[in-house]
Amino acid sequence: MSLVLSEEETMIRDTANDFLSENAGPDMLRKLRDQDDPCGYSKVLWEKMADLGWPSLLIPEEFGGLDFSHTAMGQIMQQVGVHLATTPLFSTGILAAEVLKKSKVNKNKEKLLPLIAEGKVKIAVALEEGSRYEPAVINTRLDSSSNGYLLNGNKRNVLDGGLADYLIVVCRHTSKGEHIQGDLGFLILDANKTGIEIKNNMLIDSRMASIVTFNNVEILEDEILKFEQTPELILENLLSTANIYLSAELLGVSQKAFELTIEYLKTRTQFGVKIGSFQALQHRASHLWAEIELCKSIVLKALRALDQNSDDIAKLSSFAKAKTSKISEVATNEGIQMHGGIGMTDEFYMGFYLKRARVAQMLFGDWKYHTDQAATLSGY
Amino acid sequence: MNNLNSFRKDIRSWLAENCPHAMRTPMLEKDICRGGRNPVFQSEEQQIWLKRMSEKGWTAPTWPVEYGGAGFSKDQAKILREELSLINARPPISGMGISMIGPAILEFGSEKLKQQHLPAMAKGEVRWCQGYSEPNSGSDLAGLQTKAENFGDHLIVNGQKVWTSYGDDADWMFCLVRTNSDVGKHSGISLVLFDMETPGVSTKPIKLISGTSVFCETYLDNVRVDIEQVVGDIDAGWTVAKYLLTHEREMLGKLGTAPTEKSVKEHALDCLGVCNDRLTDEVMRKELIDWEIDYLCHQLTMERVNAEIASNGVGNTSAMLKYYGTELNKRKHELLVSIHGSDSMHWENNPISRQWLRSKGNSIEGGTSEIQLNIISKRILGLG
Repeated sequence: MSLVLSEEETMIRDTANDFLSENAGPDMLRKLRDQDDPCGYSKVLWEKMADLGWPSLLIPEEFGGLDFSHTAMGQIMQQVGVHLATTPLFSTGILAAEVLKKSKVNKNKEKLLPLIAEGKVKIAVALEEGSRYEPAVINTRLDSSSNGYLLNGNKRNVLDGGLADYLIVVCRHTSKGEHIQGDLGFLILDANKTGIEIKNNMLIDSRMASIVTFNNVEILEDEILKFEQTPELILENLLSTANIYLSAELLGVSQKAFELTIEYLKTRTQFGVKIGSFQALQHRASHLWAEIELCKSIVLKALRALDQNSDDIAKLSSFAKAKTSKISEVATNEGIQMHGGIGMTDEFYMGFYLKRARVAQMLFGDWKYHTDQAATLSGY
Repeated sequence: MNNLNSFRKDIRSWLAENCPHAMRTPMLEKDICRGGRNPVFQSEEQQIWLKRMSEKGWTAPTWPVEYGGAGFSKDQAKILREELSLINARPPISGMGISMIGPAILEFGSEKLKQQHLPAMAKGEVRWCQGYSEPNSGSDLAGLQTKAENFGDHLIVNGQKVWTSYGDDADWMFCLVRTNSDVGKHSGISLVLFDMETPGVSTKPIKLISGTSVFCETYLDNVRVDIEQVVGDIDAGWTVAKYLLTHEREMLGKLGTAPTEKSVKEHALDCLGVCNDRLTDEVMRKELIDWEIDYLCHQLTMERVNAEIASNGVGNTSAMLKYYGTELNKRKHELLVSIHGSDSMHWENNPISRQWLRSKGNSIEGGTSEIQLNIISKRILGLG
């Protein structure tokens, strides 16, 4: 596949840009944050997105979706980064949709996929258990009981957990008793079930991530998701997918932070000249521009790999996340520095980009994690 | 599409039959075929390969047939490139003729210049060099002082050029000279062509830190140049020069990406300690993967930019690719030196040291990294 966007993909990107210019942006994010009861996302924006069909993009037609490509959805996520749009699109429309799509026919799948497509349900994925990202460490246990199963454990950093109607929980089956660690399993649970406690935390980027506790939650057979592939493979693919979309968002964040910075260099006057005429700043800006161009290429390559189901998805995902994470750090740190005093203020936008860049980087592994991962997958 | 498929088939079968097997093996610097008036061929196969390819016009496939090319469209030329790389075929001829001054003559030159120079270039019969930099005009190229006095039917050129790649082996030079000192520095420059055997032309090789002498100083002492050898209009040479510099940047941006070379990873796995399929030196491992990530990103960017140029016809990325590509190549040679340890410090019998020393020039020749960053900030970012 060519590394140029098709007409359709370009159209989706431009539509997303137009729509989010009107309906999102740092000012709206600030308003959301400063509400008395911040819920971490904009309900109005989410409804409008659903009207545009965005949550249905990755859902197959038979479940009421549009069955578009990852590259198309990636364009939207990039614009989500540019405009700092806060909605459950990532948790529900991408992560939950991908898991449910791959699960075998089941009444939950048949009920929930069409609801995701309509934007009528929010589903959070409960995976991480530690503060530093270690996806292999899963101690949430599913044990056999007289009537079925019992679930016990703690999850952290569950994106949009507090507002979710359903949870997808990654756990270990210990029912068979033969493994210390047990087999990996995926559950789909009503978030209101007895024994589930959800504690909301606001992150620095004004979004919500929850600590979810499972205390002897009774699990029925049809709440356990079954797949054609092994659950390990499903998890690996979910993590790669998550990181490729976050890379697209980080690219958007970097692009906008850079654009704001260049505008400032062209308007701010000191010593009687525009500060953009200083070579010390020009060279840093030019270098950063080159780095962002490199990010564009790796993000597009990784999205295309997802669409083609290539063998090197995991590797490209780590390459993309490592690169975009690093460059988003540079773009936002330089954004603050080159803006000088105004860059530090809450009144200006750069702080919102800095904060989102750092949170998005840490979700599903920062550049240190993915650099190591990239090395392993490249045979170093 | 079908036409292109049968076109590909024809090319493939011709190459299968006509590309000598010795020309499908990895090559070193010394194996590059540079042609010229007094060509030095490393082997009979090398000579045959050049002859066969140039007879088809495939050494300059997109040039019109009457100028020694094959009249291929961009798509056809791409297929030829793909088929050549599929069998790891060596370039039949390399140098500044086909890749630089040829396209400029095609774009800006008179009919006479095209007929005189292009067919010989495509056959590899003339070896070209570039007279750009001067002792006092490096990064500030447009400040060049080599003077050409206009006598109507000819110019008399006086001055000195430096960093002339392979100047001592070249047959002809394309050279920037000042034809007008009364106008702005960019406006009084012309691009002229002359034979290196013209009386008054002399060269002196410059020994580099790598021990090799790829560059020369070139002295021009009352050199007579026919007025017809001016490419484009007189005093309008800067436009041609910029066009050429873009080509040069694109070429240099691809440095160190020839697929036939042993990869950095192969060097690393051969020389460094490995335990459970993992390098034991964590610091080297981190440096290597950082480079590997940037290298892939740069490769993909070249691919993306080429695809964008092919579909939209726009591209302003040569400065970025030159900057990033050459910096990456320097990092690569730093890594190779680290990987090979003290062996890489041997002056003889280990090319690693010399290649490392040579790579220091990559971010200087063809416009320094700092000049590329200036170009990006002025032309792309619009910073004044």
